[in-house]
Amino acid sequence: MSIKLNALFSDSYVDISQYRDQHFKGNRYEQEKLLKQSCTLYVGNLSFYTTEEQVHELFSKSGDVKRIIIGLDKVKKTACGFCFVEYYTRADAENAMRFINGTRLDDRIIRTDWDAGFKEGRQFGRGKSGGQQHNTSVKTSRSPRAFSCFPS
Amino acid sequence: MSRRRHSDESDAGSQPHKRRRTSEPIEIEDRLESLICRVGEKSTSSLESNLEGLAGVLEADLPNYKSKILRILCAVARILPEKLTVYTTLVGLLNARNYNFGGEFVEAMIRQLKETLKSNLYSEALYLVRFLSDLVNCHVIAAPSMVAMFENFVSVTQEEDIPQVRSDWYVYAVLSSLPWVGKELYEKKDVEMDRLLNQIEGYLKRRQKTHVPMLQVWTAEKPHPQEEYLDCLWAQVQKLKKDRWQERHILRPYIAFDSVLCEALQHNLPPFTPPAHSDDAVYPMPHVVFRMFDYTDAPEGPVMPGSHSVERFVIEENLHCIIKSHWRERKTCAAQLLSYPGKNKIPLNYHIVEVIFGELFQLPGPPHIDVMYTALLIELCKLQPGSLPQVLAQATEMMYMRLDTMNTTCIDRLINWFSHHLSNFQFRWSWDDWADCLTQDIEKPKPKFVKEVLEKCMRLSYHQRIVDIVPPSFTALIPANPVCSYKYGDEADSSLPGLAMTTTVGNAIKNRASNEEILIVLKDVPNPNQDDDDDEGDGFNPLKIEVFLQTLLHLAAKSSSHSFSALAKFHEVLKTLTDSDEGKLHILRVLYEFWRNHPQMISVLVDKLIRTQIVDCAAVANWIFSPEMAHDFTRFYVWEILHSTIRKMNKHVQKIQKELDEAKVKLEKQQNKKQRDSGDEEDMEKNSEDEEGQLEEQIERLQEKVESAQSEQKNLFLVIFQRFIMLLTEHLVRCETSGIDINTTWYKNCIERLQQIFLMHHVIIQQYMGTLENLLFTAELDHHILTVYQQFCALHL
Repeated sequence: MSIKLNALFSDSYVDISQYRDQHFKGNRYEQEKLLKQSCTLYVGNLSFYTTEEQVHELFSKSGDVKRIIIGLDKVKKTACGFCFVEYYTRADAENAMRFINGTRLDDRIIRTDWDAGFKEGRQFGRGKSGGQQHNTSVKTSRSPRAFSCFPS
Repeated sequence: MSRRRHSDESDAGSQPHKRRRTSEPIEIEDRLESLICRVGEKSTSSLESNLEGLAGVLEADLPNYKSKILRILCAVARILPEKLTVYTTLVGLLNARNYNFGGEFVEAMIRQLKETLKSNLYSEALYLVRFLSDLVNCHVIAAPSMVAMFENFVSVTQEEDIPQVRSDWYVYAVLSSLPWVGKELYEKKDVEMDRLLNQIEGYLKRRQKTHVPMLQVWTAEKPHPQEEYLDCLWAQVQKLKKDRWQERHILRPYIAFDSVLCEALQHNLPPFTPPAHSDDAVYPMPHVVFRMFDYTDAPEGPVMPGSHSVERFVIEENLHCIIKSHWRERKTCAAQLLSYPGKNKIPLNYHIVEVIFGELFQLPGPPHIDVMYTALLIELCKLQPGSLPQVLAQATEMMYMRLDTMNTTCIDRLINWFSHHLSNFQFRWSWDDWADCLTQDIEKPKPKFVKEVLEKCMRLSYHQRIVDIVPPSFTALIPANPVCSYKYGDEADSSLPGLAMTTTVGNAIKNRASNEEILIVLKDVPNPNQDDDDDEGDGFNPLKIEVFLQTLLHLAAKSSSHSFSALAKFHEVLKTLTDSDEGKLHILRVLYEFWRNHPQMISVLVDKLIRTQIVDCAAVANWIFSPEMAHDFTRFYVWEILHSTIRKMNKHVQKIQKELDEAKVKLEKQQNKKQRDSGDEEDMEKNSEDEEGQLEEQIERLQEKVESAQSEQKNLFLVIFQRFIMLLTEHLVRCETSGIDINTTWYKNCIERLQQIFLMHHVIIQQYMGTLENLLFTAELDHHILTVYQQFCALHL
């Protein structure tokens, strides 16, 4: 009774993509292992004006969100269209990949992908001018929020 | 760096390809699996010729791969019920070619049926029974032996001291197979079948239906009664019998092969005794059939089968099965739903929308996570842009019209679905069509629904957006601008207590003061409550909490991350200030005061306060039921907070229980290892004894932790239920003495929120039923409140 019929019930929305972080400290195998266990998602194609609260509202639909880190332009330190969403459980993150990836937030179709895990520094864009590598975010009339850190 | 090509990886939505270089048995097995699984899908050849071809291939492979083929066929019978008749035909053809194989398959199926019943896999068991019954149509199983199995099933209704849900299942298994095999069984054994149906009728008349009101989506009988599932199926079977078992909807490929199948020898099912009831059996809960459409709703095209037609039953069953098979892949699921065989004869879009909402609104809970249904409906709209959005809009309009009688829990889900759906379609909606809600009291279901939807829409966008999308007449329903309310700001009255201190505290925070330094600064804050003999000033001081927290939250108001950092940095201060129950309650009050226009912030900060153990779950419950929160008591966000709090408590208990179980397993392994290794050197024995001792200590600690957590959990539910009882009793007594009707809008909301606690946490609450019955839900309680408890109990009877 244990036969699973792999040919039929694929779960492809949860599969890892082809992307690998070039700055990852470790080899491909280690990175893939982390990706397959990860509870953290990279979220791309956000509007520059999308707030942490909006991200929280949307991604809470697949489970309790542990934390959100908004991606920043390395130079300007303003939001530049991506973020990380970390869940408490893998199952919740998988449901986000299945049902939130490819739907809209702030009228833009957002893209989610597995992330090996947030490390300090990874919130900064790696594009030449300081923003995302692949920047298709369009500015509208709202002004982007500047993220100064809370004094600690 | 490896340059290996990942040829096995797939992009979202496409199937993985397996390409191997050598032809090994494992490749052939995979191929067999693939062939069997894919038969019946879109093909250039007819289904009949595909089945014929496949039967030939499998017959040839039987000598070498018989057990694999048996296992695959048993699996598809169990988990692909939407393709039932395709596979029964296949088995029929194989049986005609190889009688022994047919016999072995039937035996394997019976074994599987026993296993699924013992493992509480009742849906799968149901599909197996249905499969077996359809095998009668394929001349694999002799009709009299099937009737005998059904007789054994129905005799479960004569068992004593069993839960009703047990006999329910066996009756359901018989009735739900009749659309497929009723005709054949009646032709061969009409006397026995009549007797069977009479017994079933008698059972259905005497069974309890206390649970039904708790499971209905709408309380009104019109336009569509929300029928109990067995009652509905019985009516459908009765109608089918009246129509002399003529059933025209089910696709029956075996008819084309009648001449071949007729020649086959049939097998007799071995006598099957249902496994006896045991205490750890978990039977399926009863449910109510969700109906929102009838033949008047589809304006043109094919007519929708009536609510008591067996076609309706079969269509709904198959659509539910498709969702069950493909819910993880929304594109595939949508495509499979839309390519339902026989779709040209039915208003398929209406059936799909009805089945999806039926699942979304199912009580106690939907079979799959709520957000799946939103994503699925979006995919369906993409695939049928010319027709499905209109049906969806029609459905939304209908549900809006019937909000007055809709269960509050279902309204919650509707709010979440509708706002999320709108956010994917630029919030385009004909709000003016709903202008009737503007003249109603704002607490009434319709304006309340619109208000809550707009609040959720705002959370997914921003305030000005909401102002822009609704007509000006809807201003009263627009949510408040989500800004903070700092009471010590520039406009504060100079006589406000603590005002001067806020500047001091604020500066201290900005100058990166430590927790100790802040506590020292706060010593100067007078305590409005206390007498002078409390020198230390360590007791509960509401003003200290206000001054500190308001200032802190104000400095950190920029985003939730800023607020989280602030709470983390001054965790010690907060812990100290909220050492007592009063302190915990007050911090929640202050938080609410500050963020009362931004419920989402209240929500995330309450979550943080619980997780960092500044407040406990019971404090949150007491705060929600406190008089200060009375005016927000019917707002959706308040209940989201309460349910989230309960869930955190439940997860906490589960987590420690898991740690305890893992430690116990470890200890067992250690002890087994010791037994095997005994006789080894002294050192090793000593080490393993130490380890064992440590584990035993750990287990003892964890055991205590579990007991303490469970006690906290039980206490949380007691607090909640107690507060509900107090509130509701107050209302009922007040109405009685003043001669007013008890059924106010507030009362309906409150009593359904009580119901919701039971429904959303029924598994956990079951553990504490004894305590609940002894302490709270006693016979002295007002019967309106007691009924809710009794309905809940009836769910598991």
